[in-house]
Amino acid sequence: MNAEPEQERPRDDSRRTFLKQSSLLTAMALVPGPVVSAAEAKLDERVAESIEKVPLSLKVNGKKYKLAVEPRTTLLDLLRENLHLNGTKKGCDYGQCGACTVHVEGQRVNSCLSFAVMHDGQEITTIEGLANGDKLHPMQEAFVKHDGFQCGYCTPGQIMSAVACVREGHAGSEGEIREYMSGNICRCGAYSNIVAAIQDVKQGGQKV
Amino acid sequence: MNQFQYVRPTKQQAAIDVVAKDANAAFIAGGTNLVDLMKRGVMTPQKLVDINRLPLRQIERAGSGLRIGALALNSAVADDRLVREKHPLLALALNAGASPQLRNMATVGGNMLQRTRCPYFYDTTMPCNKRQPGSGCGALEGINRMHAIFGFSDKCIAVHPSDMSVALVALDATVLLSGPKGDRKLAFADFHRLPGDTPQRDTNLEPGELITAVEIPDSPFTKHVHYQKVRERASYAFALLSVAAALDMDGNTIKAARLAMGGVAHKPWRLAAAEQALVGQPATEETFRQAAAVAMQGAKAFKHNEYKLRLGPNAIVQALKTAAAA
Repeated sequence: MNAEPEQERPRDDSRRTFLKQSSLLTAMALVPGPVVSAAEAKLDERVAESIEKVPLSLKVNGKKYKLAVEPRTTLLDLLRENLHLNGTKKGCDYGQCGACTVHVEGQRVNSCLSFAVMHDGQEITTIEGLANGDKLHPMQEAFVKHDGFQCGYCTPGQIMSAVACVREGHAGSEGEIREYMSGNICRCGAYSNIVAAIQDVKQGGQKV
Repeated sequence: MNQFQYVRPTKQQAAIDVVAKDANAAFIAGGTNLVDLMKRGVMTPQKLVDINRLPLRQIERAGSGLRIGALALNSAVADDRLVREKHPLLALALNAGASPQLRNMATVGGNMLQRTRCPYFYDTTMPCNKRQPGSGCGALEGINRMHAIFGFSDKCIAVHPSDMSVALVALDATVLLSGPKGDRKLAFADFHRLPGDTPQRDTNLEPGELITAVEIPDSPFTKHVHYQKVRERASYAFALLSVAAALDMDGNTIKAARLAMGGVAHKPWRLAAAEQALVGQPATEETFRQAAAVAMQGAKAFKHNEYKLRLGPNAIVQALKTAAAA
């Protein structure tokens, strides 16, 4: 009844073309060619002064990404919001709970307290990168076996920290494990099962 | 969080020039405290100068001492063979701080520049002379259970939170600085300031000055050392109070001593008079009790931190006993 005259509706194909063109223009505006090449020529400081977004290359779970990000984007937000790797959890967002723990160049860190642009050229591993295809990482297996989670929100950070704890050689005793897992807070209190899982992996002697 | 410009220089002089020219620019290294403060709006730099590409990570012998680059990570320093051999007190203090994840991010230079954890400093709706000069001190009449018992003023009663700094002041460290007017060295004991009328200034760094390294002279304090940290859970919490103790022993006699406290003042608190009281004495509980009494002279508590007047001497005695037995 209220149908508008056909000719006044935007035609679908022209709208699509417009969207395509505008998003292409936006994408080009974000990373203009000269910016990328200047960054590669180590002129980063001048580049950053003239644009809002900073070029960033990362390798996450073995996959390379070339991005342009706002400097205030934390590594945690980049992983979750831009790369859609939401296994890494945002807990407190102030470096106090450990739910956001990932490995940067093999070292565990709190991804919420680090700006993504500070990791240019670095290699990041998240919980999604631990398993080998369908085969769980030994620490993931051990967490399942020992029921090292209750609500589970802290679990990805706990597992990333647990792997690092064994690799660093800090899983020698229950006391040492507790001390070196203290950066990961679990409000459910799965701690004793987590300690058992780590001891299991450590004693299993598998390369983690 | 406010937007900011981000620059990533590869040359030290370029980094210094940017910060020296712009009062709203700040260096960022590990970011473990600065990012936290920026998220809360306590610090709002408009330009961040990422210094992580500067070559300041080396831990090496320098003359008759050890030189630790300002960008050396807390975990790397705590695990370093030279540090563990020459200055185990420093390794103990570093490992008492924060969590493994944070120690993998935090740098030596950043650690000594971390801001107080006074809750009135962190809460932008509360008065704080350190955050906003002239606004008053919320802690003075507020919840001051974590606050100072030495060296405070009526403008600020906050404490410096670093564990590493307590060990560095006991070990007579020196800070190496580079700034727009050139390079200089500063005794670590003179690096941090007491609040006085200018609590907004934590340190004696000049605008644009960059910490490039810390030097620690060799000393006989390589065995009998202990870092006693008292906190509200077993790990991963700031100190209510801490004690760095180092003894040089000849049999059971104390030849020389080093003693410093954390969590008691606006700066790491060296206890020189108590050190003197230990020299030439036998390493007994009685000696340690007497030194602790000397150490606590002049301490003054507020409404909620009176416990520190009793906790302090007990922690000193415990630290000295453990150091002597090490």
